[in-house]
Amino acid sequence: MLAGWIVDHLWISLVAIGIGAILGVTTGIFIAGKGRERTAEVVLYFAEIMMTVPSLALFGLLMLLLSRMGLSAIGFLPAVITLIAYGQLPILRNTCTAIRHVDPAIIEAGRGMGMNERQLLFKIKLPLALPVIMAGLRNAMVLIIGIAAIAALIGAGGLGVPIFRGLRNARMDLIIIGGVSVSVLALLVDGLMALLERWITPKGLKG
Amino acid sequence: MIRLERVIKIYTDGTEAVREVSLEVGKGELCVLLGPSGCGKTTTMKMINRLISATSGKIYIDGMDNTSIDENELRRNIGYAIQDLGLFPHMTVGDNIGTVPALKGWPKAKRRKRAKELLELLRMDPDGFIDKYPRELSGGQRQRVGVARALGGDPPILLMDEPFGAIDPITRVGLQNEFLKIQQELHKTVIFVTHDIYEAIKMGDRIALMKGGRLVQYAPPADLLYRPKDEFVAGFVGADRGLKGLQLIRTKEVMWRSPPTAKPEEEVKAGRERMERQGIDWLAVIDDEGRFTGWVVSSNLERGQKVKEIMSTSAIVATRNAVLSEALSLMLTSGLNVLAIVDRHNRLEGVLTFQAIQEALREAAEEVTV
Amino acid sequence: MRHQVILATLLTLLIGATVWVTSLGKVGIYSTFTYGDLLYSSWAHFKMVFIAVVIATAIGVPLGILVTRSGLEKLALPVIGGASVGQTVPSLAVIAIMAPLLGFGLQSAIVALVIYGLLPILRNSYTSIKTIDPAIIEAAKGMGLNRVQIARKIELPLARPVIMAGIRISTVITVGTAELAVLVGGAGLGKITLTGVFAREALIILQGAAPTAAMAIALGFLLEQVERWMTPRGLKQA
Repeated sequence: MLAGWIVDHLWISLVAIGIGAILGVTTGIFIAGKGRERTAEVVLYFAEIMMTVPSLALFGLLMLLLSRMGLSAIGFLPAVITLIAYGQLPILRNTCTAIRHVDPAIIEAGRGMGMNERQLLFKIKLPLALPVIMAGLRNAMVLIIGIAAIAALIGAGGLGVPIFRGLRNARMDLIIIGGVSVSVLALLVDGLMALLERWITPKGLKG
Repeated sequence: MIRLERVIKIYTDGTEAVREVSLEVGKGELCVLLGPSGCGKTTTMKMINRLISATSGKIYIDGMDNTSIDENELRRNIGYAIQDLGLFPHMTVGDNIGTVPALKGWPKAKRRKRAKELLELLRMDPDGFIDKYPRELSGGQRQRVGVARALGGDPPILLMDEPFGAIDPITRVGLQNEFLKIQQELHKTVIFVTHDIYEAIKMGDRIALMKGGRLVQYAPPADLLYRPKDEFVAGFVGADRGLKGLQLIRTKEVMWRSPPTAKPEEEVKAGRERMERQGIDWLAVIDDEGRFTGWVVSSNLERGQKVKEIMSTSAIVATRNAVLSEALSLMLTSGLNVLAIVDRHNRLEGVLTFQAIQEALREAAEEVTV
Repeated sequence: MRHQVILATLLTLLIGATVWVTSLGKVGIYSTFTYGDLLYSSWAHFKMVFIAVVIATAIGVPLGILVTRSGLEKLALPVIGGASVGQTVPSLAVIAIMAPLLGFGLQSAIVALVIYGLLPILRNSYTSIKTIDPAIIEAAKGMGLNRVQIARKIELPLARPVIMAGIRISTVITVGTAELAVLVGGAGLGKITLTGVFAREALIILQGAAPTAAMAIALGFLLEQVERWMTPRGLKQA
């Protein structure tokens, strides 16, 4: 039982972070581009407001939207969409600011030596921004794992299932199993991603 | 090699950064763009490798209009070193230097060989530094790597924007001297931007003095010092242009090549005769190997019988390649009006007198004015 | 300016949605909550958030500042690090675990909210003092200010906006987390949302979710104004 909940929980979180990372990093790179400062401001502001909307509320709003569109309002789909949306702010913000904050002297040096925009992005900006982007992904992943627990309410499964079942039936053992498992899972993934972050940091940047 | 024809840059906000600058830099020449901040010198330089596009006018490189060449291709053949360095912190020293070679598609082994050559050229131990990261280097070492990187693709042209700007004065003087030495070997065509007139005079074959986007005077350093075109140039050069002229002359050009000397074991009497004959009030004391050890001065002659009893030892010396400003400064600290010029082994090569400095300056000024 | 427009639009939409659903009276087989229910739940929700944030502030600000003082620096790592780890634990877990620990009831809800809201306040209070340029403190010492004067005239004014930001972040988070507090016996808008969730009736979820979102956004905006007002003029961006 527990193993099943954990697998469900991880699966839904991984799908969300996977899609969220692709979406967030690409958008982040795009809005970090020259002349897109205003776009970036609006996009980041929206992402920030999204974060102030309580997760339960976001699940609810999405259920409404999906059912109106004739799609399944419960289960995997609305859960994943909500989790993706929730993970966007840290990913977007970190990607955008990390790329923006690459020392202009470094960029000019690259350009002055004849790098084109693509080479600048892949050889200079992205490697330098990578640790910060990774920190954003880590942040997003922790958030997603936490909120995925709530997704059990809309029938997405995972470690929220024993928690809610326990709360409804006053089964303290189920509450503790669910609560502790999801906490350990979050801490574990956080730790793993911290290691990944260190490992991925270019050697010349390590303090 | 580089020719600017009525180049104008007006930014979209209406700022006129560069107004009709025409300029020609010959092959192997070092041209300094000099001026106060905001005078358009950096903008002018960046239009050469098209980091900034000119509003109008033409820039020719080796007779080719620089807008007719692909901008990245153009930049890969023009070395570029800037004040803030812009060393890539995530790449090793070797990879930094190998940036342009990599862009040009050189194989890895050849890039590494090139990086080692350049480190050697800049007096850095190739094996010790090639795999280090920029943050592991001192300020001066980083500047060297910055210059080495600009030379990476062996470009015929170098653009340098205050390349020695962000380091302490002593390291800066050292790097300037080294760069001049390298330049004598490589004969690159160099555009060198600075706001430091001392640096300009020392480094430049020609100086282009700019003000408010205009080229005010384009001339060799001596002309700028002694024949300023107008009030602005005179003001920029400063009332102490005589002192600045000292940067233009090296001690070897004006030193007394076989000066009167004395040996420690000699009788003072013999020395006194030599001084009277030459009409001077000093003698340089050297040992049997010809190494400089100190001075005998006329006011101390009565204090003993042998030279070694009355001499004052001194370690203040200069080399034949020192510029007069450095030599004069040493002379002032020594409290004498003479300075010993020695070689690497401290052997006396000559003596620089205060009088010789005065004469050299007067001559330099006359030469230009006539 | 653009921000205010976005905010106003969002708030209008959210409140409009709430009013619309409430006016429907009936959704499918369920009747919607009345305006009376909504007002009562909103007030209960706000009260719970308010109490939790006040307690979290009363603990977090002094504790955060205390561990920056010389002699107590050794405590900084365990305190701030511990709080960081605490923040990694999902909010649902923190709340749910209160049931076996403290039983069902308002006290469990508030304790959970305090614990969860503590970190941003604690962390910001700590960094607000820690990140003050040591040269400024050095200069103040050099001019003969004593420790109390430095704290009152230099450190606190410079730290205030950052501390306030921590309180704002904590408040916004708590409004959201409070939705779940209903699960262990809390009051508030979560009751409406959860009713909708269990009934699988999206419009009723909206009836609880929309005012919660509106409250979070509005409180966030209000506290941002306070923050701006508290920022010394010299630190404001032009």
